[in-house]
Amino acid sequence: MGVYGVIDIDKKGIIMWEYTDKVKEHFLNPRNAGELEDANAVGEVGSMACGDALKLALKVDDNGKIQEAKFQTFGCASAIASASALTEMLKGKTVEEAEKISNQDIADYLGGLPKEKMHCSVLGRQALEAALAGYRGEPQKKQEGQIVCECFGVTDVEIEKAVRENHLATVEEVTNYPKAGGGCGNCHDTVREIIARVQEEQRPVTRPKLSNIKKIKMIEETLENEIRASLQQDGGDIELIDVIGNRVLVAVRGACAVCKASESTLKNFVEARLQERVSPELVVEEVKE
Amino acid sequence: MKTVYLDNNATTQVAPEVLDAMLPYFSTLYGNPSSAHTFGGQIARRIRDARETVAELLGATPDEIIFTSCGSESDNTAIMSALRTNEGKNHIVTSRVEHPAVRVLCHHLAKRGIRVTEIPVDREGRLDMDQYRASLTRNTAVVSLMWANNETGVVFPIQEAAQLAAERGIIFHTDAVQAAGKIPIDLKNSAIDMLSISGHKLHAPKGVGVLYVRKGLKYAPFLIGGHQEQGRRGGTENTAGIIGLGKACELAAINMTTENTRVRALRDRLETEILAKVPRSRVNGGEAERLPNTTNISFESIEGEAILLLMDEFGICASSGSACTSGSLQPSHVLRAMGVPFTMAHGSIRFSLSIYNTEEEIDFVIEKMPAIVEKLRNLSPFWKPEGEVCGLGT
Repeated sequence: MGVYGVIDIDKKGIIMWEYTDKVKEHFLNPRNAGELEDANAVGEVGSMACGDALKLALKVDDNGKIQEAKFQTFGCASAIASASALTEMLKGKTVEEAEKISNQDIADYLGGLPKEKMHCSVLGRQALEAALAGYRGEPQKKQEGQIVCECFGVTDVEIEKAVRENHLATVEEVTNYPKAGGGCGNCHDTVREIIARVQEEQRPVTRPKLSNIKKIKMIEETLENEIRASLQQDGGDIELIDVIGNRVLVAVRGACAVCKASESTLKNFVEARLQERVSPELVVEEVKE
Repeated sequence: MKTVYLDNNATTQVAPEVLDAMLPYFSTLYGNPSSAHTFGGQIARRIRDARETVAELLGATPDEIIFTSCGSESDNTAIMSALRTNEGKNHIVTSRVEHPAVRVLCHHLAKRGIRVTEIPVDREGRLDMDQYRASLTRNTAVVSLMWANNETGVVFPIQEAAQLAAERGIIFHTDAVQAAGKIPIDLKNSAIDMLSISGHKLHAPKGVGVLYVRKGLKYAPFLIGGHQEQGRRGGTENTAGIIGLGKACELAAINMTTENTRVRALRDRLETEILAKVPRSRVNGGEAERLPNTTNISFESIEGEAILLLMDEFGICASSGSACTSGSLQPSHVLRAMGVPFTMAHGSIRFSLSIYNTEEEIDFVIEKMPAIVEKLRNLSPFWKPEGEVCGLGT
């Protein structure tokens, strides 16, 4: 026993993992679940959006000893087991001893966690930190900026700093640094905006000179990948005739050839897109045959 | 402990009759159907019979049936064939809720310059037909839409969609893996060009599938090799699997009525009773036309894997629409496309029945589910028995 299969009908296919008997036992019979009325140290971490949340409540006596520990959690089996284990580990310990409990200690207590599930023990450690900081009356770590990634509590200031210092260019890269965006994905648009903003700032004032060959290649690629398909959708098409300096000579085909709006399409769509992708100096001109 | 198997959209048990039909092909009848001698050659005749039975279930002719190794192979073959026989066209129309066999292939093709349009669905999982119509262009090589959704059971208006594609000269493929055997399919009177089915979803074994290719349609093989399947799919035939699938299709035709009466009634009762006994639960896609065997129920404020594991303690097998790995818990792309809120999506469970389920099994599940949900809700900081649920990002 101890083998469970969970189908993520989504992209991951079938994932099997093994929980130890101890994980399973703590999941089926969680210790210390519920609210603690007279708690004097409470830590809340995670969110519903990311699928993991833990509220840890402790009652510390005058001698700094943890008398009671209770939890409430939203999450999978190992999240519940990790929280249950943590409360058992905490009871009877002094605050100083409790501080030393790492996420690995929580996992070890349970006889190990599958690596996909280690974040459940991290959640426990984070809740413990938050609870102990509150007990000591430490001001909540002052957060600079606005929270962007709610799952991992990462602010715009932190993301911007990581993007700037590490020259990150994609959401995936950001996920690996400050972890932002690794959860529910709701913040990906905001992360992209931050990346774009930083890149804009960092763009050298003088653009590296574009060789003619490179420029023509980029124009061709942009036409092929981003422009032709959408013109074709409306029954039109475009053909690159020549590039002379910054003049892009094109011929329009299909519906575009007889369309009254084709001039503005060339200006507002084709030229705008080429300027954005290749060089702001480009001018698109239609060649009549 | 007895197993209560309500995960038939994942896979089904091989019907005893199917197993019996197959067994000789593992032992005495092991010949290669391509051999010249009678020992092998006789198998070819049996494959021909199986092909006829499969064609009959689908309302097709035997020469329109190509045996493959699985539904995914059929899907891949269909889409790639349509692209190869339509050079110059580079647009695919599909939906946001397809099975990975189609969805991931399309994402892969999108990286190689194919334009892919994914048609959205509404809150009940129904296809947006206006957007579908508008998406079909002269540049569209193929449409691939699933007949019925594996997660919710929601059925798309496939005949109408195929007709719209045919009027524009666009090849139409449907993944009918979940539909075959559960709802009637009649390809004679349809504009469908290609259709995929999978053996193990209808009580045949894993490792065998079918691609229907309409007679006269230009076709490019995916698996290139020998002359098998009239050169349309290389590789020595999975004889036992094909014989099994033939038998399974014969049984499916007979059991179609049971599926739509008794199984549907069991499903409806399971759904109604769970909804009545568990507060703040809902059926995803419940308002749409659905397969008779599937229900996808969301339980607010709790997480799917935990629900499944508690069900597992009672031997109840089902699936969850979300899985929690590597620090992220992602609701399925289907529930996301339907706009199911996080509070509901994380705790979604798919029950999928078969003709082998009994009234007693359904009673057992109805009896166990409320306590399972309540146990987890009592642990959840987001569960407030009275009033609204909070916690989203606060």
